[in-house]
Amino acid sequence: MLAAVLSLGGIGLVAATALGIAAKKFAVEVDPRELEILDVLPGANCGACGYPGCSGFAKGVAEGKAAPNLCTPGGIETLEGIARILGIEAAAVEPKVAVVACQGDNAKARVKYKYLGLTDCNAAQKIADGPKNCPAGCLGLGSCEMACPFGAIEMTSENLAVINRDKCTGCEKCVAVCPRQVIKMTPRKSTTHVLCNSTDKGAKIRSYCDIGCIGCHICKKTVPEAYAVETFLAKVDYEHDEEAALAIEKCPTKCIRDFSSGYPEGSSFAPPRNDAA
Amino acid sequence: MDVKTFAGGLHPPDSKEYAKDKVIERCPLPDELVIPAAQHIGAPAEICVAAGDLVKKGQVIATAKGFVSVPIHASTSGEVIAVEPRLHPMGKLLPAVVIKPDGEDQWDESLQQQDPDQLDADALKKLIGQAGIVGMGGATFPAHVKLSPPEGKKIDTLILNGVECEPYLTADHRMMLEESERIIDGIKIVRKVLGLETAIIGIEINKPDAIEKLAKECAPHNIKVQPLKVQYPQGAEKQLIDACTGRQVPTGGLPMDCGVVVQNVGTCAAISDAIRLGRPLVERVATVTGPGIRNPKNLLIAVGTPLKHMLDQCDGLDGKPAKIIMGGPMMGQTQLSLDVPAIRGTSGLLIFREQDLPRKNAGPCIRCGRCISVCPIHLQPTTIAAYARLDRVDEAESYNALDCIECGCCTYICPATLPLVQSIRHIKGGIMAKRRKI
Amino acid sequence: MDNTLYLSSSPHIHSGETTERIMRLVIYALLPAAAVSLYFFGLPALKTLLICTLGCIAFEALANKLMKQPLTVKDGSGALTGILLALNMPASSAWWLSLLGAAVAILIGKMIYGGLGYNPFNPALVARVVLLISFPVQMTSWTAPAPLTTGIDAVTAATPLGEMKMSVMLTGKLPENLNSGMLDYFTGNMAGCLGEVSAIALLAGGLFLIYKKVITWHIPVSFIGTTLGVGAIFWLVDASKYPNPLFHLLTGGLILGAFFMATDMVTSPVTYQGMLIFGFGCGLLTILIRLFGGYPEGVSFAILLMNAATPLIDRYCRPKIYGQVEKA
Repeated sequence: MLAAVLSLGGIGLVAATALGIAAKKFAVEVDPRELEILDVLPGANCGACGYPGCSGFAKGVAEGKAAPNLCTPGGIETLEGIARILGIEAAAVEPKVAVVACQGDNAKARVKYKYLGLTDCNAAQKIADGPKNCPAGCLGLGSCEMACPFGAIEMTSENLAVINRDKCTGCEKCVAVCPRQVIKMTPRKSTTHVLCNSTDKGAKIRSYCDIGCIGCHICKKTVPEAYAVETFLAKVDYEHDEEAALAIEKCPTKCIRDFSSGYPEGSSFAPPRNDAA
Repeated sequence: MDVKTFAGGLHPPDSKEYAKDKVIERCPLPDELVIPAAQHIGAPAEICVAAGDLVKKGQVIATAKGFVSVPIHASTSGEVIAVEPRLHPMGKLLPAVVIKPDGEDQWDESLQQQDPDQLDADALKKLIGQAGIVGMGGATFPAHVKLSPPEGKKIDTLILNGVECEPYLTADHRMMLEESERIIDGIKIVRKVLGLETAIIGIEINKPDAIEKLAKECAPHNIKVQPLKVQYPQGAEKQLIDACTGRQVPTGGLPMDCGVVVQNVGTCAAISDAIRLGRPLVERVATVTGPGIRNPKNLLIAVGTPLKHMLDQCDGLDGKPAKIIMGGPMMGQTQLSLDVPAIRGTSGLLIFREQDLPRKNAGPCIRCGRCISVCPIHLQPTTIAAYARLDRVDEAESYNALDCIECGCCTYICPATLPLVQSIRHIKGGIMAKRRKI
Repeated sequence: MDNTLYLSSSPHIHSGETTERIMRLVIYALLPAAAVSLYFFGLPALKTLLICTLGCIAFEALANKLMKQPLTVKDGSGALTGILLALNMPASSAWWLSLLGAAVAILIGKMIYGGLGYNPFNPALVARVVLLISFPVQMTSWTAPAPLTTGIDAVTAATPLGEMKMSVMLTGKLPENLNSGMLDYFTGNMAGCLGEVSAIALLAGGLFLIYKKVITWHIPVSFIGTTLGVGAIFWLVDASKYPNPLFHLLTGGLILGAFFMATDMVTSPVTYQGMLIFGFGCGLLTILIRLFGGYPEGVSFAILLMNAATPLIDRYCRPKIYGQVEKA
């Protein structure tokens, strides 16, 4: 019994000493600020900053190579944290949020063919430019949902991507993956958006979508300073965000939507709120 | 009989019984021919006619743009009624010349008949280019480019592709039976252009009549007929070269890198016409077949004939079509509509009904390894596809994704019915995009 | 435009091969062995077989429900795991032992990784080894075969491999009657798990699978070949201490393991070259455990250890691709 205890204890002692020496001898010099910065980063390793993961970004910032305001997911809190650690004044970037500029789901937009194959928007887009008649609408195969590192994108039961504004951090991963550039980055404070991405003429849009922007100019006539209509597609001037809301009721196709309480209330596309608390 | 083949591949039911005994029939001209400017690999031709112009059969209506490009010719005489974007077999709206036939079907008088024996290799090559000859097996690579190996590349063997390994298709088979003289004449011209002696016609043994006929007729011309085991994708250049000569094209290289040029038998017949009759490539044989067609046929069609018109010659559809495929079932392209025109590379029109389609939802990969054992390039499709799904471009590249010839064997055999080729195609695009960036 | 048409990437035809068909054929191939076990061990064997199979199916359905997945039991892989597990149990197993085995196989062996296709280890073997280590007494209480025709009550007995190990450990020599029972070993008239008893029934099933191209010869041949080869070397060195290779082949779970467990597609390498290495590793480990290890039988451990090596083997065994010739 005693021999067992002694020998085990002995092995432990030797190993501990060896480890201790190794830790001292082979210690890697790390800028302590790098670790502190890593602590305030969100840790999603989304790559939105352009560096390989959060540790790569932390290293870059500590070495002064990376601008401290590149972490969009971390937002203002992270920026303040970094500024405190580095003892600098950091200019905040305007927080952004992604918006899917399309409401043409399976029930509202018509398809030109039935797609069989890989559940991936980019793969489907390669086959006769995608299964939807609309050249610019959401294909609904969920490539953005797969790409989102924050679980902020959900596909509705009618296959339309919708973004949970509470979870979206503005990392733009979805923007990069969407083959039709239907996801737009918008200022987080703006809550009025035109949910259409097609530049076709009104008559053509009506032929394939019940809810697209037909370029009728009614919004612009209602609030001239807040809207611009180019190539039959209305755009909100986010400088005049508050005024833009006045045209929501006027839009004949209901493609201008109010996001002031998350996803438009009463919309059939609102994501199921399973974490409603 | 010395039957050869390559390693890998598989043998799907060849389904050639639909049309293999149907003698080639000339398809009457439709009311309207739609001739796209992009019908070949390389730069699309530049349209040089306008609405209202009167054209003769064989007249150039679009000129070649650059070396890897060919001109496009009017397939009949008549009036150009529009030059506008039309639905192309690629599934997009692309520029096309629309011709209303005048019914005369008159050849352009300026076309000259030539004797190939009186011309040198360069003159022949030029004429082949001017006639717009492209690979007619479906790849539509300009023939004169293939026949112009760069300085220093020694070509010693010409292989003629009479394999027609795609199930259902029988156009090449019928050509070999009915047009063997033109084919042999074309082979002799190509041999002269390349300045070589060895010519081998590869034919699978499910076409014994063609093997017998060509072997007999080729003997006096020192052309060898090589019988091949029935195995898909033997008609792919790389596999055909391996089967016929035992050589392999180095990865990332071209057949000429191992001293071989491959031409389709149909292309050879077109080359013969181009020289001896001065006639450019304005018509071809296409198989109209499949379980969705009442009376499958091999049709001689004018380039630009809408698919709908071809169907009408075959007594129309048997049931409601669910898939319209241009080409064979393994590598053909699905079409949006029957208004799409047949082009120079259209080897067949295949119609499947709902009940003919394989419909099963994809399950998880069970790592059975079947895709690996059938891959004719000996890749690991399931591994590449797994990386493709994660967009891991570098790993996919390290598994040689770019060597994939997209033959479809892996998807065909996969018990989990995973769309493996589509995944690989997808990541190949990613790899190419990455290379462009660097 | 006609929007009722299907468009897809090529190819547009399919071989009709399905995961379900593969699983079904493997189950068919196991039926002869199951039948022989029923003949020799009677109703207790039937009970074990039923509990394991139905248990596996039920646990998979339960896991599907908990994980909010679509129901996957229809693919037949759960039932196959159940049958393989039953064939790895002693005939006299208590019902709770079989049920526990089914739970371990499906929940810990398979579903925890995401289900079919993602498990690194053969689920049936995971369960067998967990049970063997946790309940060594119950898992090694073998019944002597009592064919239905004799009507004698079951008596406990040792497996031939167990007898050998005991004898070598106690006396340093092989038991004397070792080679006298070869014909019984071949037909299955010996003590053991349900499925490791009848070499001939297992061989028939295995050859059926190769004939149907469900599995290839690579793993079984290299596995059995290595076991016999290395076994033969030891036998030639000292025939009084080491049994002859035929004994190795016909006793224990070698044939069951080589044809049905090691060839589990999910957990074995995907290339032919990799399969040969995998089989060699299984064979070597099996014979080393049998001759020198603490347990009389080593097939399960050998396969599980090689399962762990499968990703590594796959990484280094890639087929030589077309055109990868000496570049000029």
